[in-house]
Amino acid sequence: MNAPAYNFAYLNEQTKRMIRRAILKAIAVPGYQVPFASREMPMPYGWGTGGVQVTAAVLTPEDTLKVIDQGADDTTNAVSIRKFFVKTAGVATTERTEEASVIQTRHRIPEARLTEDQILVFQVPIPEPLRFLEPRETETRTMHALEEYGVMHVKLYEDIAQYGEIATTYAYPAKVADRYVFDPSPIPKFDNPKLDDCPALQLFGAGREKRIYAVPPYTKVKSLDFEDHPFEVQSWDEPCALCGSRDSFLDEIVMDDQGTRMFVCSDTDFCAGKRGDR
Amino acid sequence: MSVLLSAENVSKFYGTRAGCRDVSFELWPGEVLAIVGESGSGKTTLLRCLSGHLPASSGKVRYTMRDGRNVALDEMSEAERRLLMRTDWGFVHQDARDGLRMGVSAGANVGERMMAVGERHYGHIRATATDWLKRVEIPEDRIDDSPWSYSGGMRQRLQIARNLVTSPRLVFMDEPTGGLDVSVQARLLDLIRGLVKRLDLAAIVVTHDLAVARLLSSRMMVMQQGQVIEQGLTDQILEDPQAPYTQLLVSSVLQV
Repeated sequence: MNAPAYNFAYLNEQTKRMIRRAILKAIAVPGYQVPFASREMPMPYGWGTGGVQVTAAVLTPEDTLKVIDQGADDTTNAVSIRKFFVKTAGVATTERTEEASVIQTRHRIPEARLTEDQILVFQVPIPEPLRFLEPRETETRTMHALEEYGVMHVKLYEDIAQYGEIATTYAYPAKVADRYVFDPSPIPKFDNPKLDDCPALQLFGAGREKRIYAVPPYTKVKSLDFEDHPFEVQSWDEPCALCGSRDSFLDEIVMDDQGTRMFVCSDTDFCAGKRGDR
Repeated sequence: MSVLLSAENVSKFYGTRAGCRDVSFELWPGEVLAIVGESGSGKTTLLRCLSGHLPASSGKVRYTMRDGRNVALDEMSEAERRLLMRTDWGFVHQDARDGLRMGVSAGANVGERMMAVGERHYGHIRATATDWLKRVEIPEDRIDDSPWSYSGGMRQRLQIARNLVTSPRLVFMDEPTGGLDVSVQARLLDLIRGLVKRLDLAAIVVTHDLAVARLLSSRMMVMQQGQVIEQGLTDQILEDPQAPYTQLLVSSVLQV
């Protein structure tokens, strides 16, 4: 680390204050999408510009950062964001979930139970759960304000009518603290139960859409469902081929062009821990 | 029994031009009122003012809620007005594509209002949707089809089912038979007449087709240039029109 060419964590202090205000408001109104003046970041939209800004605003020099992408610490997105903060903030980084104080994630929640000392930052592409049912932003805001969430169930109804079950498997809508329906970012619905009553603070940043929302610690998060078609998570017929875990989210990996497949944990740190390999 | 909906001097101005001017009437429960007139006479503007889609420039529209309160539309909170629109009221558009959610199946279209008022049991929603499709003569096996695959007449019937599923007390219809061929029109009118009678619905039907007014309504209003020029019992007006314009209108109907 040379003499810092940037302010700590890249953003200037005024910007960080602005983002922190949005975060505080988001925590005060769980699930509500707070608009904020999202900045241009030195990475393309879709790479986590929202998450990066939230992380930059909450990061302190004493923090230990972990960045995952689809559960893995060694994928392109995770590696570049981790390097970005090493370069601009000089914070310590880790791959171990339990050692991290701030975890930025794309598309997964770590398997290990989080603690009160941790902050989980999600990268969100589309924060508005009603977007594909109602394209007008003015209308969706009114719907949130008046708690008109009937159309969310129209989508679930349609799933059952066409596929016999709720076929939405990721970005599964849920209701926070019995009030706002929110989009938990494209995490698999397998992770939805982890949102509920989680000891860690969960922050969601959408850079292109300029929205921040939050699920404060120990907040009720209920996935939407029907009485006779209750919410269910995915399950697999076989355990993880590497660590033998039966209760983690598995990725399907194609091994060759003969149709051989392998199911392994998507959370690489969890898998390595199980194997005693770290 | 009290008046269901009343209009007091309702006017709507677009700049200095009047869309409709000083319209007053009372609608009683179970009554069907037809608003007729040529295109541009302000029928649709009036309907939109009455149904709360468009704020009136002056005048009041009052509605008697299920609990007996008589409330002016512009004094209701937005939440209350929107709830009213999806429970106690129905709105049948001329073009079914405006009234339907075209991206989802017919069953979901019928079920939407139920889900909007808190029904969370898939089986119940499905059963009610099936029942309603039967009542509007849509084959049961089309329940999972998209409205895109429906004919014009079927779409219109689906739209009616979607509106009636929450048992509203008042339905607004804007040219419900417009754009349909005559045999389909006849069936649809038959269906609407039956439903209105059986469910004791009140309805306000905007149409330029005097036959529709004759078949459906007990009372009618004739509009010209934004103003009501004649109103009274449908049969009376059609048999013995007083205003010159109404006479013209009645005599313009082709006799086959």
